[in-house]
Amino acid sequence: MEPTTAPNKPQFSPAAQAEIKRLLTHYPEDRSKSALLPILHIAQAEFGGWVSPEVQDLVAETLKIKPIEVYEVSSFYTQYNLKPVGKHVLEICRTGPCMLRGSDELTAHLERITGAKVGGTSPDGTFTLKEVECLAACGFAPIVQVREKYYEQLDTPEAVDAMLNELKGLVHRPILPWEETGLPNSLKNY
Amino acid sequence: MGRKLLTEHINVEGINTFEVYRKHGGYRSVEKALKTMTPDEVVEEVKKSGLRGRGGAGFPTGMKWSFLAKPEGVPRYLVCNADESEPGTFKDRQLMSKLPHLLIEGMITGSYALGARTSYIYIRGELLYVLRILEKAIAEAYAAGFLGENILGSGYSLDLHVHPGAGAYICGEETALLESLEGKRGNPRNKPPFPAVQGLYARPTVVNNVETIAAVVPIINEGGDEYAKLGVGKSTGTKLISACGHLNKPGIYEIELGVPVEEFIYSDEYCGGIWKGRDLKAVVAGGSSVPILPKELILKTAAGENRLMTYESLSDGGFVTGTMLGSGGFIAMDETTCIVKNTWNFSRFYHHESCGQCSPCREGTGWMEKVLHRLEHGHGSMHDIDLLVSVAKQIEGNTICPLGEAAAWPVAAAVRHFRHEFEWHVTNPKEATAPGAAYRGAAVLA
Repeated sequence: MEPTTAPNKPQFSPAAQAEIKRLLTHYPEDRSKSALLPILHIAQAEFGGWVSPEVQDLVAETLKIKPIEVYEVSSFYTQYNLKPVGKHVLEICRTGPCMLRGSDELTAHLERITGAKVGGTSPDGTFTLKEVECLAACGFAPIVQVREKYYEQLDTPEAVDAMLNELKGLVHRPILPWEETGLPNSLKNY
Repeated sequence: MGRKLLTEHINVEGINTFEVYRKHGGYRSVEKALKTMTPDEVVEEVKKSGLRGRGGAGFPTGMKWSFLAKPEGVPRYLVCNADESEPGTFKDRQLMSKLPHLLIEGMITGSYALGARTSYIYIRGELLYVLRILEKAIAEAYAAGFLGENILGSGYSLDLHVHPGAGAYICGEETALLESLEGKRGNPRNKPPFPAVQGLYARPTVVNNVETIAAVVPIINEGGDEYAKLGVGKSTGTKLISACGHLNKPGIYEIELGVPVEEFIYSDEYCGGIWKGRDLKAVVAGGSSVPILPKELILKTAAGENRLMTYESLSDGGFVTGTMLGSGGFIAMDETTCIVKNTWNFSRFYHHESCGQCSPCREGTGWMEKVLHRLEHGHGSMHDIDLLVSVAKQIEGNTICPLGEAAAWPVAAAVRHFRHEFEWHVTNPKEATAPGAAYRGAAVLA
């Protein structure tokens, strides 16, 4: 009998497969496990902003490693979301330098206007709020990261509104092949 | 104005492209090294320059390079640590985004010196947009013949790849970084063996910070002796300082080592003073791990001398009255800052980022966070203040990587210099926990 594929088993898109193939050329042949972190990033971008156990199994299969080798990594690094998330995940930096420039106030403001609590998603599924540690842009605090973009100097309601309006206009789609999502202002106007 | 060796052309339009970078003298160090120098001569120039690791530890780079084991027929690696995540530090992001070719040039020259045929840039996963900038620039360098087979007809070949992390401060520790590059959890390795003998894939490996590798470019172009003429004493050359917190002009400044701290904070050439016309209360001068100093001690040493932005001057007085240059993450706090809250925030960070391998760090960081949380919220006791010092002492030196010290030092220093403020949280909890409250009494200076 032919083995049957589970109907909901995830598969990488051709673009993702091509990117994975390219990544694997970066490491010695017997060290392909090195590509685990970058492939998990691709998987998260492909499958709705989080990595389900099924998606992690797919990653294990792709790299010919045991699923536990993927689980122990995905649970160690904070960027991988292990539960479903909203359309946009707002990662708010909460560390010292951002706190000095108002990250507590920013978090409270974002909770108020998005209807989401930190660690949760707004009722309409648009925004997930997540507090993260230092994003290394301390001179432009306070900061929020959304996917590949940093939104900086969010110390006025207007700046926050501009970010949210920009996000509302974005359609969630896989970011492969990698698109340039735009640089934060601090890198444009040095 | 001091000399700028790294960022001189950072504002030039299109400097992120190979063409413009090359027009402004880019890749000269590769030509010079590959065509006119042996690998050992490159190492020698770096030794002469006195360059010290710019990631935080300040270890002499040339010496680190000379420790690399070179067994016949075994590949060795140069790995760039671009996992910039020490709170207060944001220089490497700027350097890589604006001047990607400077890092690539340094990687080629450095790899040649070390005999690496494959090199990696490990960049923190939050900076995927910077990874794309680097990959684009690397593709340009391949197309121009500066990477790949037989570079410039020299017979030397090099492949260079960028590898992302995924959110873990600990991967800035070099052996955790190597684990992560191998596709594993970022647990630091026990040492020895050191990476110079068994690093990436158990091969001899050198791990250097972005800024360190970038500094190799001017060192080779101008010569190690010329580089060493800049700066003061053993603090040679220039350093990127990430200035943040309550400053009028936060940002990245390339300084010649030796600028007085007071000038750095108050002059218009640099940070332009404290925001909102307020007074300075304290500074964390080298990233969140280094001891905090009250205004009086950051501007002048205990002996009354002007404090300078050098490794030696900042550490004058040891951990009693001094601090460290560290990564150059310069966090200024104005008079309204609550030191207890800030210390709690940093402790929460280290607790969150502890990998959990060593019990003193895993348990101790959580313990310090809890005690600081109750002090900050008005539920602490006098005994808690001594408890903090005791826990910090028991973490320090009892872990396999420096995260333990990084977590312990800021707490110990905060209690040392701001004990009155901690006590005030115990004796006047209502006042201390009111929104925006901050203790205005004097700091402990000895």
